[in-house]
Order: sequence, then structure tokens, then C-alpha cells
Amino acid sequence: MQWEIVIGLEVHAQLSTRSKIFSGASTAYGAPPNTQACVVDLALPGVLPVLNKGAVEQAIKFGLSVDARINSSSIFARKNYFYPDLPKGYQISQYELPVVQGGNIQIQVGKVEKNIRLTRAHLEEDAGKSLHEDFHGMSGIDLNRAGTPLLEIVSEPDMHSSEEAVAYAKTLHALVRWIGICDGNMQEGSFRCDANVSVRPRGTEKFGTRCEIKNLNSFRFLEKAIDYEARRQIEILEDGGIIRQETRLYDANKDETRTMRTKEDANDYRYFPDPDLLPLEITQSWIDQLKEALPELPPARRRRYVNEFGLSAYDANVLTNSREVADYFENTVKHLPTQAKLCANWIMGEISGQLNKEGIEITDCPISPAQLGALLTRISDGTISGKAAKSVFESMWNGELDKNVDAIIEAKGLKQISDDSAIEKLVDEVLAANAQQVSDYRNGKEKAFNSLIGQVMKATQGKANPAQVNAILKKKLTG
Amino acid sequence: MFNDSLKQLSSQLAEKKISSTELTTEFLKRIRELNPKYNAFITVNEEKSLAQAQVADKMLASGRAGPLTGIPIAQKDIFCAKGWLTTCGSKMLSNFVSPYDAGVIERFDQAGMVNIGKTNMDEFAMGSSNETSFYGPVKNPWDILAVPGGSSGGAACAVAARLTPAATGTDTGGSIRQPAALCGISGIKPTYGLVSRYGMIAFASSLDQGGPMAKSAEDLALLLNVMVGFDPRDSTSLQRDTEGYTRDLQKPLAGLRIGLPKEYFAKGMSKDVESAIEKALDEYRKLGAETVDVSLPNAPLSIPVYYVLAPAEASSNLSRFDGVRYGYRAKSYNDLGDMYRKTRAEGFGTEVKRRILIGTYVLSHGYYDAYYIKAQKVRRLIAQDFTEAYRQCDILMGPTTPTVAFNLGEKSNDPIQMYLSDIYTSAANLTGLPAMSIPVGFGDKNRPIGLHIIGNYFMEAQMLNVAHQYQQVTDWHLKSPV
Repeated sequence: MQWEIVIGLEVHAQLSTRSKIFSGASTAYGAPPNTQACVVDLALPGVLPVLNKGAVEQAIKFGLSVDARINSSSIFARKNYFYPDLPKGYQISQYELPVVQGGNIQIQVGKVEKNIRLTRAHLEEDAGKSLHEDFHGMSGIDLNRAGTPLLEIVSEPDMHSSEEAVAYAKTLHALVRWIGICDGNMQEGSFRCDANVSVRPRGTEKFGTRCEIKNLNSFRFLEKAIDYEARRQIEILEDGGIIRQETRLYDANKDETRTMRTKEDANDYRYFPDPDLLPLEITQSWIDQLKEALPELPPARRRRYVNEFGLSAYDANVLTNSREVADYFENTVKHLPTQAKLCANWIMGEISGQLNKEGIEITDCPISPAQLGALLTRISDGTISGKAAKSVFESMWNGELDKNVDAIIEAKGLKQISDDSAIEKLVDEVLAANAQQVSDYRNGKEKAFNSLIGQVMKATQGKANPAQVNAILKKKLTG
Repeated sequence: MFNDSLKQLSSQLAEKKISSTELTTEFLKRIRELNPKYNAFITVNEEKSLAQAQVADKMLASGRAGPLTGIPIAQKDIFCAKGWLTTCGSKMLSNFVSPYDAGVIERFDQAGMVNIGKTNMDEFAMGSSNETSFYGPVKNPWDILAVPGGSSGGAACAVAARLTPAATGTDTGGSIRQPAALCGISGIKPTYGLVSRYGMIAFASSLDQGGPMAKSAEDLALLLNVMVGFDPRDSTSLQRDTEGYTRDLQKPLAGLRIGLPKEYFAKGMSKDVESAIEKALDEYRKLGAETVDVSLPNAPLSIPVYYVLAPAEASSNLSRFDGVRYGYRAKSYNDLGDMYRKTRAEGFGTEVKRRILIGTYVLSHGYYDAYYIKAQKVRRLIAQDFTEAYRQCDILMGPTTPTVAFNLGEKSNDPIQMYLSDIYTSAANLTGLPAMSIPVGFGDKNRPIGLHIIGNYFMEAQMLNVAHQYQQVTDWHLKSPV
């Protein structure tokens, strides 16, 4: 039987506010345990939550950037359960009426574009952390993270492969960073995914029973966990078994998912509206104000790159993966507006390769867009060859000669010979010295032509403009 | 001195006839003598109280004093006070010393009042007789066989027995008004949102409201001037212009229309209460007021609605008492689940557990709509009844309780009977309306009777005027059991 995988994702994006969602304590990462937990975070008797306006604004920004509906009134609800790192015994979340409803995310898988629908996005508070090591059979609780604002972004089950799920997660990841609401740091848990996975016979409508895989904190784990889980479910079904609805954990070491809790022992969270918080009212003028301040979004930029710069959809997609890369690209193109493709190639090739190699971000790139522009200008005006440019690039990267392109070209003697008469003279010398190849070529051996070009280039230590050499040689041989 | 009004104490302090330190010392001495008999206080800390009195004396000496500077006030043990044991009447918090001050505590501190001690109360404010306190029941000073009412029973007893000139209480279903009535004192629950709930240990967040308890309406007005005010740390706190609650005390009552809800004069009210209320209403007619019959058809549903919503909120509010971070933790346990179970089984009393169970049940999957949602709808209907009634009158009156104080132990094994003692009071919490009780006489066994006055939203100044005018022509509020 042919099986179809059905995937929906729930992403928890930690919002980049300075203080917590319901208290004034700092959200900075990495402080000593429990030093960033105030009386409200500790849930001392009598304390009350007060909503952080900044967190609401970030949720609205997100809603606007995915064309969702911003509810003019939404409700905070209590999700009740006991756990030591949940100080109040309930998490303040949104249940029946979330702040953001609906919305769409366009993803690109290979050459295919696809729309993924969003169900909702709601505000909630994070829990603290339980620490099970170093406490000699006991557990430690760190409440620094308790109360950190989260935006839970829930998709419709619109994805049908791990590849699509990863593309969606990456696009969403890029978007929340693009609009500045989340730092996207997956190691620190700022961007976490839960995947709902089910399978059904291809061509059928009815969804299979789903399993939820919790807390996938890298794109690679997301992909592997989904692949494993889909395989597991298909095997069970093909053996005549049935899938139990449950929550599962992905074990990266063993590359498998395993049961965390079944539906039977799932908590009854007893959601009800939090009487300590008033309904969240959002006016149209507040929304309009935030809309005005939104940056140009990735889809708009992609369209512009294709229409204005003539880039391929693929290139436009890669360049808009992050706002920093896109800005770098645009700042480079400014210096040679007719060579957008050349700029794109260098940024996606040399720059990106070198950044990866050194593990740094484009914001820390030692070569500025202006400097890259200067280098690419020397390629496009024929001063140096593409090959020589790579050597200049290396010198610039290492900070030689103040990264001055022309000075490096001069010092390395990389300037191309583009003078027709000089090249003609060289060609004549080579033809005279290689009578055999000349006659071979004239007798139809095309290969001999390349050999002759090689000879000319060798004679100039590679500095002759290859296009010119090609043209002159052809003229001489056929002339 | 012990029978003096706040105004009298204030002028004695201003005229240097007595210092705050002397006044505080006198009340501490009286507490030392009489508290063993009444059990009105859970914590007395003479050192801390006297230190505050000294600060007040400096304020008085330097001319920075307000009208209540230097006067003692007893704080219900539900208000977190920095450095004070704050137990909420529970074993669960029997070791909890608060590291911070409640909004209410801050306001009284700033006014220069002296915290004279933390008063006894039903555990987590759940009870109408003060018998659910981990620290033992409070006795009614008029008759030590009787309950003082609850949950602010310690506060009511302390004021009635003149152990303090004033006290704070909190009222979720009648917890200020019912003990005020049973102990023969005055108490007011302001409009929901006027008094900060920050640092007031939550029972049912949408119903809880703090308020003052004292001998007279005039005293209550002075205390409200301090107690009411916006607190940005409480999202349900109302941001309004400040008003002087003493401003209308002297207004004549001619033309006042007093509404008498027929549902509050129905069967269930005892004869002695009925006749005291009738006499009080006669007094009001003499003062120029007229009475009109009104109806609150859904008011009789207040108790069932209340006993769905209050436990629902409580079951969640009390989840934080888990033995993890502070408070009581079971001595021995096998694992986390066992620690939770034992801590909560040992730390909470029977009534608290009963309400957590009810609340957990009504919020459970499959029951939520039938109980919680339905109760919220009825709650709205009850509020509409009051809106309708206020079209025909300015203020509502009735008995605060159906009977005088019952005996200790009389209802402690019959929760339904106990719950019915809030039958007239809980509607004001469900609607958020301001309501108060003032003493209007004595009934069976010479136990006090309270008149319930329910005002429209934010009409506290009018209510205090109405109460004060009655207290100008009667002396029930001046009577003391000791």
C-alpha cells in the first residue's frame, strides 16, 4: 500500500522581550539559577500577573506578517497541572480565544512552492527547568526561565514529508528572526518544535491516529524524528496493528521515538479563564501602528529579487533566509546594479562557504558589502579573472593591505592582460611554436584548440583575459 | 481609650495627649490579657509593632502625620506583611514568613498606622465560623459559646472586644459582613477592584475584595480613604480618581429610597433578626427615607452559583501550595507524586480539601459547561437583577445573616447549613457591588444582629452616609461586650 504522511507542527518561539510576560524579572539567558525569578515568578502567596505589553506587540507583529486575523479581544486561561518547575500549579496560556487566528506561510521545497495554513498563534508563559544531575538523587529547580514569554504557533496538518516540515520550520524560523520577535537560538531553546505525525493510505481523506513528538530542538532532529515516526506507524499498520494516540519523545542518540505518555494518562488540564487577568483588548489603531513599523517581509523581497534583479526563485529564496543576508546582498548590489546574479553567486558561494567554515554570522563577516562590491566590479570590468578574484578574496578575508582590492591586485600582479595587440603578439608566438597543433585543429581536431589556449594562458601566467584569447585565437586560426 | 473612635484617637495623638507608643503599648497589653480567651490573633509581635509606633511618633513630631498616623490596626493573616508570619490560617503556611508587603499593608504603613498583629481566620478564608482555622476557633466576645462568624472572625472579634481600634478583613462571599454582624461591629466590602489584591492570598480571585472593619461607619470611611487606590501590580485594580469617603457623612437622608428585596425577607430569617431589621428600617423612615419593595428573582441562586465558581477558582489558586518552594512539606515521602499527595493531605484542612475537590470537579472535562459556564451565566443574570432594582431605589437593605451567631460546633459537621449563613451576602461578591453591615440590635441570647446595606457600584460614600446617619441616632455601634 502507498502511505501518505500527515504532519502538523506546533512551534514555541521565545519572544525577545527584556522582561517576562507577567512580571518585571529579566529574561536574559544563562544567569545563575533562580537569580532571575522575582516573587511573581516564584508564585509566592498573594502575587498576581500583569501582562507585558511588549509581548503582545510581538504577537501582533507575527500575526500581521503571516496575514492572520488579530483578535480584538482574546482571553488568558489557566492550564492546570502539577510539576515542580511550574510554580503556580498552572500555566497561563490562551485557550478558546487566541490573540492570532489563521494565517499562511509559503514554503519552498526544491523548485515547488507550497502554502502551509496556520491555525493560530497564542501567548503563554514558559515553565522553569528541572535539573536532575548534580543533586545526588534529588532534583534541582531553576525558575529563571519561568514566565518567559512564548508564542505558540500552530499549523494545520498541511505537510506531507519531513522535508516539507523542515522547510516550514526553517521558513518560520527565518520569519520570526526577520521581524525581530525571537532570536531563534535553538540550542538555548528559543525555538522548539512539537510534531504531530500520522499516516493514511494515499488517496484517502480521513486522518490516521496521530502521535505528538515533543521538544525537537534542531531541524535535523525534526527531520529524523518524523521519518522514524512515520516508518514506525506504517510498520504497525502493515502488520495489522493500530496506532495509539500518545505523546512521544525523540531520542537523538538512538534515533528513535518512544512513549512519553498515552492518551489515557494524559492530564485533564481544567482550562478556565484566568480571573487575575482581564480580556486582552487590541484596538485597530494599535494594529495599524505596528503594521507601519513592520520591515519588508521575505515574500515581498523574494518577488522583488526575481522581478527587479532577475534572480531565480531558488536564489531569491536562499538570500532571504535571513534578513542579515538579504541586507548584505542588497548593500552589495548597490555598487554594481547590473550584476545582481554575480553578487548572488558570490554571497551564496564564497562568502557563505567561508562563514560556515569559520562558524560566524554574516553580521561578523570581515568583508563588507562595499568591499565585496569593489572586488566584483573588478571582475565585471575585466580587470581580473574570476579565478584571480578568488585569490584576492582570500587576501581580503585575511585583512591584507586594508582589504583594498586594487592594491591587492597590484601587489599580486593579478591584473589581466586585456590589450588586444599584446595578446595578438603572444598568440602569434604560440602558433609559431606549435605548428603540429595548428595543423591538427585545421584538420578538425577540436581538442587542439584548448591546448593552444592553454599555451597562451601559460605564457601569461594565467593573466590573459580568456575571452579575448579565445576570440583572437579563433580569428587567427580560421582567418 | 479602648472605646474611642478613630477621630478621637487621632486628635489625642495630634494634641500629644498620648503617643503612638503609649497607645500601642496599651492595646498590646490588652491583647496579652484577653487574647488567650478569644484567640483573635495568630501572631502578635510586640517588637515590630512598637518599632512602627516609634516611626509614627516621629511622623507626628515632625508634622508629617496623616489623620490615622499612630493608630493601631490589626491585619487579617491573609495579607502578606514583610517579616511577619503570614499563615492564612493554614498549617500549609504555618512556617511562611513573607518577604514582601501586600499593597494594602504598604498603604497602611505609608499612612503611619501600626500593625498590631495578624488576626485569626478560617483556613484560606474558607468558612463562616472561624472553626476551620489551623490555629483553633475564635470565640465571639458577646458569648464565648458562639462563633464570631468567618472568615474574618479574628478581625471582628478583635474590634468587638476592643483589642484593636480597627482591622482589615477580606470578603469573598460575606467574610467581612457576616462576622461584623455576628460580633456587633461595622464592616464594608468595597466595589470589586477598589482595594488592591496584590499580596492578599487568593481564595477566589474574581470575588475576593479587602475592606476595613471597625466600630462605626465614620471609622470605616477614614480607613477606606487609606485602603482604596489603584495598584498597577493587580490587573483587576481600578484606575479612578481618589475620592474622600468622609465627604458625604453628614448629608441628611430625606428622600432616600431604600429598596427592600422581597427575596431577602422570605422564610429562613429568624424572628429576632426580622424584628431588629424592621426597627432599623423604622429609624430610617424617621430620618426621612422611604422604603420600596423590589425583587431580585435570581438572588436565591447566589449560593449554588457561588459554590461552583468560588471552589473552581480556589482549586487552581491553591495549586501553588505544593511543598516545593515554601510552606509545609510532608516529612517523608517516596517520590514526587507521594510528596505532593502527603504535603497537601497533611497541610490542608477538611473544608479546604472539600472545596478543592468541588472546584476540580466542576472544571473537569465534560462537566465544565454544565457547572462553570452555567454558573457564569446565572451570575450575569443576578447582576442584571440588581441593575433593574437600582432603577427603583438608591440603596438596598436587608438582614446580613438569617440568624444571630450560632454555637461553636453547631454547624461544623453540616457544610450546607454553614454555607447558607452567607445566603444574603454572596450576591454582592458575584456582582462586585459594594456592601456593608452595621449593628442594629441584639436577638436571641443577647447576640448581635447586623443590617446589610448594598449600594450601587462606587457608591461607598453614599452607603457610609446612610450608615453614619443611623449611627448618629442610635448607639448599637457603641456597645461593647467587655
